[in-house]
Amino acid sequence: MHPVLRLDQVVKTYGTHRAVDEVSFAVPPATLFGLLGPNGAGKTSLIRIITAITRADSGNVYLNGDRLAGRHPQSIGYMPEERGLYKRMKVFDHLMYLARLKGLSKSFADEQINHWMDKFDIQDWGTKKVEELSKGMQQKIQFIATVMHQPKLLILDEPFSGLDPINTNLIKDEIHQLKESGTSIIFSTHRMEQVEAICEHIVLINQGRNILEGKLQDIKDTFKDNLFEVIYKGSLPPGLGDQFRITERSDHRVVIQLEEGKHSGALLQYMVNNQVQVTSFQEILPTLNDIFIKQVEASNTTLPEEMNL
Amino acid sequence: MQTLLLIIRREYLSRVTRRSFILGTLLTPLAFAALIAIVGVIFQYESDQTQRIAILDEGNVLKGVIKDENNLYFSFEEGPLDTLRKNLPETDYDALLYLPAIDDLMSNRLRAYYYSDDQPTPDVELMLRDRISGAVRDYKIDALNIERRQLEALDTRIELEPEPLTDNGADATRFTSAIAAAIGLGMGFIMYLTVFIYGVMVMRSVMEEKTSRIVEVMISSVKPFQLMLGKIIGVGGVGLTQVAVWAVLIPLLAGLAQLIFGIDPSNNPMLDSQSADFNPDDTQAMISMAMAEVASINWWMVLPLFILYFLGGFFIYSSLFAAVGSAIGDDTGEGQALTIPITIPVILALYIMIAVIQAPNSSLATWSSIFPLFSPIVMPARLAFGPPTWEVIVSLLVMIGFSLFLIWFAGRIYRVGILMYGKRASFKEIAKWLFVRE
Repeated sequence: MHPVLRLDQVVKTYGTHRAVDEVSFAVPPATLFGLLGPNGAGKTSLIRIITAITRADSGNVYLNGDRLAGRHPQSIGYMPEERGLYKRMKVFDHLMYLARLKGLSKSFADEQINHWMDKFDIQDWGTKKVEELSKGMQQKIQFIATVMHQPKLLILDEPFSGLDPINTNLIKDEIHQLKESGTSIIFSTHRMEQVEAICEHIVLINQGRNILEGKLQDIKDTFKDNLFEVIYKGSLPPGLGDQFRITERSDHRVVIQLEEGKHSGALLQYMVNNQVQVTSFQEILPTLNDIFIKQVEASNTTLPEEMNL
Repeated sequence: MQTLLLIIRREYLSRVTRRSFILGTLLTPLAFAALIAIVGVIFQYESDQTQRIAILDEGNVLKGVIKDENNLYFSFEEGPLDTLRKNLPETDYDALLYLPAIDDLMSNRLRAYYYSDDQPTPDVELMLRDRISGAVRDYKIDALNIERRQLEALDTRIELEPEPLTDNGADATRFTSAIAAAIGLGMGFIMYLTVFIYGVMVMRSVMEEKTSRIVEVMISSVKPFQLMLGKIIGVGGVGLTQVAVWAVLIPLLAGLAQLIFGIDPSNNPMLDSQSADFNPDDTQAMISMAMAEVASINWWMVLPLFILYFLGGFFIYSSLFAAVGSAIGDDTGEGQALTIPITIPVILALYIMIAVIQAPNSSLATWSSIFPLFSPIVMPARLAFGPPTWEVIVSLLVMIGFSLFLIWFAGRIYRVGILMYGKRASFKEIAKWLFVRE
């Protein structure tokens, strides 16, 4: 099966500034895909190339296996970070206008708008003017505008900025449902904890370059330090430090770093054999935040080779 | 195409249905009508003061000639002047008019006396002088035994009638240039106003879209060029609608106001006496000639051309305004500097238009009606003069070509400008945008 989206050596230069520098990655179908990077890394430039708002200087973009040529608003739903609505328009008219611009028929658009307004429980808002709505409410309208044409690929740029926790969860649920029904979602942000909670697949962009790409789980495995946390009752055998490397030690908690290639079972076996009452045994994986900061700093100082996993 | 139509439709309807537009469109003609009504009332106001004037007519010149009119009541008295003067305060007369007997028929001066504590108002004075002068004239004609028709024949009025030299030259009458100038001035001025009002409307709307960030959402579905063109056409439609409504309502309401409160030139003594050298029949003749002149202008040519120039001028300036609007962005305050290069040609065009009306066949007229930044304002002013056909065709072609070029040009700037936030761009940066690849 083709990836929904594939970028191949995409380059975009503004003046002397290389905003996108030979970026390649692929978005598999029905995936939550995180597009990460610090501010100014080139995320928005990249998205504008994918949505064909701007054209790449070189390299190719493939959408469902076909080379990108011209616009395709029907197959992509894009919610920009800087988003707004016509303040004086009525909510329903506004959604209808955006739907028609995306090429939807009147009756289908009508059906979709009603479906989503029912879903968000805002049927009464159709005749209100946009300027009468709260910011969170406007975000919901923008979300509807992004998904109502049932695109195969959604691009959400900082979708939760300005949303309260309740609405954040509401949108999160919708994102998951869309994913279940086969939509791929590119989720662009610099908020790591959100990515960690949502995404299965990530690409990390810094200074226009792709510095890390892969499945979230694989990346974590690669960057793990073989740290294991043991919580226990009673006392530890005195010879533990000779057998294993202890990195942290506190009351009834110890963190041990295993040598490369050593099985975690050996540690557990040792504990059991020495009558330690283990209440919890867990591998400590690096947070995405740690990986992100480490990688961004590394690439800023050394400009390393591309690290594709 | 479908997309463009949708954008045009929204841009048009969202403005036309706005309350401020409806009020502005309907209230402006009402304001015109009200102005005419008020002016009419003011002009009529003078005549509601009743005055009674006693006349001592020693030479029997005025009897039977001067009659009550416009709240002025006359009656003839007899007796010595001194007694009449002394007794006047006890009577209900406001004034005493004394006309001594005419001693010298050959003198062209005659003094009449107006005794009153109040000065005669200007209109009463003009009216009295006019009536006395007429009466004395009739009296002298009789006394000198002159044939009235001979006298009238002496007073020859010269009319200079312009005639075409060749067969295809425009046939003009002596009113042509005056009427054409009036129509030209009106058309030129309407062009100036509409280009400005609707050009700025386009600019505002572009800036609003940028500030409210809707443009990012729009751009993900439509091309920047479609959005810009749709906006320009939509706003242009709004302009045409407003001008069309005004073109119907202003003359209608103004005419109505004139009918109800109007100034009737025949009972306005001021107007009458000032133009004493032609009689009311002449005024009538002039009006009907002027009307004939207005009707003789080839409106089937002038009006469509006017609309073409309106569209051309509108496209030229509003695409410039759109480009500037996209470059100004968030800060409305300091961005005004960018509009100056656009406003200067508009204002220049207005002055050239005024000069051109006085010399519609000068080389200034020819060149400025070909130069596309001026022609949409200058050429409509010349249309009523019947400019040479080749000039109109060249001017139209240049204007259409230039507006197409400017729409393309503005589109280049616009597509970059709308996605730039923060500080406004310098001219140097804008020039760079022209060559940025998509």
